[in-house]
Amino acid sequence: MAEILFYLLSAVSVGAVMGMLLSRNQAYGALYLVLAFAALGGLFGLIGAPFAAVIQILVYAGAIMVLFIFVLMTINVRTGLPPEKKKWTIGAAILLAALLLAEIGLAAQGLLRASPPASPAESVKAVDIGRLLFSRYLYPFEITSILIMAAIVGAVVLSKKKDAP
Amino acid sequence: MIPAGHFFIVASVLFVLGAAAFFVKKDLISQFMSVEVMLNAANLAFLALAPRGRMADAQAVVFFIITVAAAEAAVGLAIILVIFRRRKSVRTEDLNGLKG
Amino acid sequence: MNPFWLIPFAPGAGALVLILFGRVLPRRAVSAVACSSVAVSFLLALASFAGLAPARAAAPLVKNLFTWIGAGGFQADFAFQFDPLAAVMVLVVTGVGLLIHVYSTGYMAREKSYARYFAALNLFTFAMLILVLASNLILMFVGWEGVGLCSYLLIGFWFEKPAAARAGKKAFLVNRIGDAGFIIGVLFLLFAVGSGEFTAVNQALAGGGLTKNLATLIALLLFVGAAGKSAQIPLYVWLPDAMEGPTPVSALIHAATMVTAGVYMVARLNALYTFSETAGAVVAVIGGATAVFAATMALVQNDIKRVLAYSTISQLGYMFLGCGVGAYAAGIFHLFTHAFFKSLLFLAAGSVIHALSGEQDIRKMGGLRRYLPLTYPAFLIGAIAIAGVPFLSGFFSKDAILTAAYAGGHRVLYALGLIAAVMTAFYMFRLIFLTFHGPERLDAGAKAHLHESPPSMTGPLLILAGLSVVAGYVGLPAVIGERADLFRRFLEPVIPALGEGLAAAPEWALILASTAAAALGIGLAYLFYLRRPSIPIRLARALPWLHKLLLGKYYIDEIYEAVIVSPLVRGSDLVYRHFDLKVIDGALDGTAAATRAAGRMAGAFQTGLIKDYALVFLAGVAVFLGLILCVL
Repeated sequence: MAEILFYLLSAVSVGAVMGMLLSRNQAYGALYLVLAFAALGGLFGLIGAPFAAVIQILVYAGAIMVLFIFVLMTINVRTGLPPEKKKWTIGAAILLAALLLAEIGLAAQGLLRASPPASPAESVKAVDIGRLLFSRYLYPFEITSILIMAAIVGAVVLSKKKDAP
Repeated sequence: MIPAGHFFIVASVLFVLGAAAFFVKKDLISQFMSVEVMLNAANLAFLALAPRGRMADAQAVVFFIITVAAAEAAVGLAIILVIFRRRKSVRTEDLNGLKG
Repeated sequence: MNPFWLIPFAPGAGALVLILFGRVLPRRAVSAVACSSVAVSFLLALASFAGLAPARAAAPLVKNLFTWIGAGGFQADFAFQFDPLAAVMVLVVTGVGLLIHVYSTGYMAREKSYARYFAALNLFTFAMLILVLASNLILMFVGWEGVGLCSYLLIGFWFEKPAAARAGKKAFLVNRIGDAGFIIGVLFLLFAVGSGEFTAVNQALAGGGLTKNLATLIALLLFVGAAGKSAQIPLYVWLPDAMEGPTPVSALIHAATMVTAGVYMVARLNALYTFSETAGAVVAVIGGATAVFAATMALVQNDIKRVLAYSTISQLGYMFLGCGVGAYAAGIFHLFTHAFFKSLLFLAAGSVIHALSGEQDIRKMGGLRRYLPLTYPAFLIGAIAIAGVPFLSGFFSKDAILTAAYAGGHRVLYALGLIAAVMTAFYMFRLIFLTFHGPERLDAGAKAHLHESPPSMTGPLLILAGLSVVAGYVGLPAVIGERADLFRRFLEPVIPALGEGLAAAPEWALILASTAAAALGIGLAYLFYLRRPSIPIRLARALPWLHKLLLGKYYIDEIYEAVIVSPLVRGSDLVYRHFDLKVIDGALDGTAAATRAAGRMAGAFQTGLIKDYALVFLAGVAVFLGLILCVL
């Protein structure tokens, strides 16, 4: 059961990202990503991190991607951009990506050979995570809240329309 | 049970795809989206590599990563808006002010 | 305490003062400094000479000023030595030098670069004195080069004239060729003997430290240097051109002193040249050949100074002939008398040129004896002396050489010497008759300014004339009596006597032969140029090729130019164009171009697009990861 789900969700997420890569329309790409992130959330759950899964769906797929779509609507970009002048960069990028994949694979050989199974069963309770957040990770927690505030202020200031002098 | 390594493979593939997408795309927003993909792939890799007994800490960290990514996305998109207002274009070919 | 070692430093100090301050000093001061410095050294020379007489031991007086080169086992000192030979040379250099300095104050009176002239002249005297007083070959070479430098400076004194500049360059370059041989010879000698000191060389030769072959090699190489400095075949070509310099310079440097340095060197190393008979023979043959060869060219020259130049080359040949057959004392004796009458002739010629406002072509002279009552007798005395007329100095010295040649059995050389003597008398009196006698062929302008020279010029002339008459009496032939032959005996500590002289009868016969030769030459000149001037013209028309050959100096200069100079210049130009320009400049420019290209290529990366920067970034990450993977 879990294996089927795993393969399904993996295929969906990878496929969605591929779709984003290949599509010319940014809006389609954003939507593809929503799908990808949702599938990724599912994967999080499969790996035994339900809390992370929920947060992924709520924040990433729900808020961030929606933000992207909002901006896309504001910018109102026309589709069908002309092809790039330097084609060789695409080829180089693909090559490099493949190379990187190979290297990562090489690096993680040991892990891949003997990796412990993941199970959603013995997952940690959310309350425990909460307790951690306020004890061991209190400092990063507070900093993160300041960061969010900075981001809000920054975003508002940046996107404010300059009034006519 | 699925070995954690499989999850890691998926994470790597996603990461590499995101990187490739960054170079293939010609507009800022799509490139930004591919960066988000890479971040997510990192998240999945993190969870896959975490020791089974420390899943709580792992999820706390993932919490932070997502939060920071959200903040970054907000600010980044605001910048993109400003760029669009100035240049009337988000095509990266036109944004070569750093040339030379 | 013999003050001989101070002698060079007076003109040396004079030169220094004139070089540094000459341009700001008034003319009088310059003359005073220049002449007095040489006068001081002349007085010192007299004092040293006087101090030499009692201590005329076999060993020379040596004064080591300081050790100049001390490298490993080798040492060369800045040391002077004084012995009879050095005494003779020093007296000649300072005495004649003083007279010429005084003469120059008159001759160069209107010259713009007065101070530069005297600075160079003083410097020359300094270098020449170092040359003759040096106790080792290396210090002698310093003086050797020094006089070469001053010769260049003074020949090219009027360097704005291209001919003068070229002549100076030619003199220096030809001398350089000689010097190359000299240096190599010195190196071999140092190698064989271990020291350049003359005393050491003599000891080595006496003690059998040198093989005959090595000695011959060294002697010949050193003679190459002497041939360059003393204008013998094949390196004589610079001397006629050197006449571009002021006449007093020609008198001092190219008659009395510098050109005699070669003869002095051979005499100084007489042990070497005696030891190696081959070298001695070469010296004598070249000397004799040069004597005749140069005399033939003097027969037809039309420039008053050129005639004297070729005459000098010829007389130098005589000196080498004497040295070559073993009569080094005779060679030095001729050097001694020649210094007087040749400088007299040059200074008198200078007086003529001065009187004619610069005219040097004898075809434009004639009948001058009426207008130059002091110059004419002086010139005449010089001519008589050089022609070898009995009772004047030239006769005695020339006769000494010819006698030595005959006595040594070198009949061919004797014949050459005799032929040259006839020619010498002929061309000298040709010069006299064409210049001072006969119809006047003067330019109108020159004639208008015709005047006898000032006392500063005529004074030295008269003194030199007197010396030309009496100087010979220190070297009377031995046949006359025991009191005679003073000169040769004076030099005996340095130049040991070789062989016996001739018996009385042959010697008198030779004296007669020399007299006859002189008479023949003078008589022919009288015939050709006073009595029947048509004869030389008809001869020239009858044998035009001969006349052209002689007038054209056998085209030797042209041959050298074509065979040696031109190829060298063209070769250098080729090397310049193909190597210097293409390779060296090419490498430089190429490096610059390569750097620029590299910069342009690197600049291509800076497209301004973040995507490209990120691509490079990614590539870097991939490389880095790969490295880590390989290492682990």
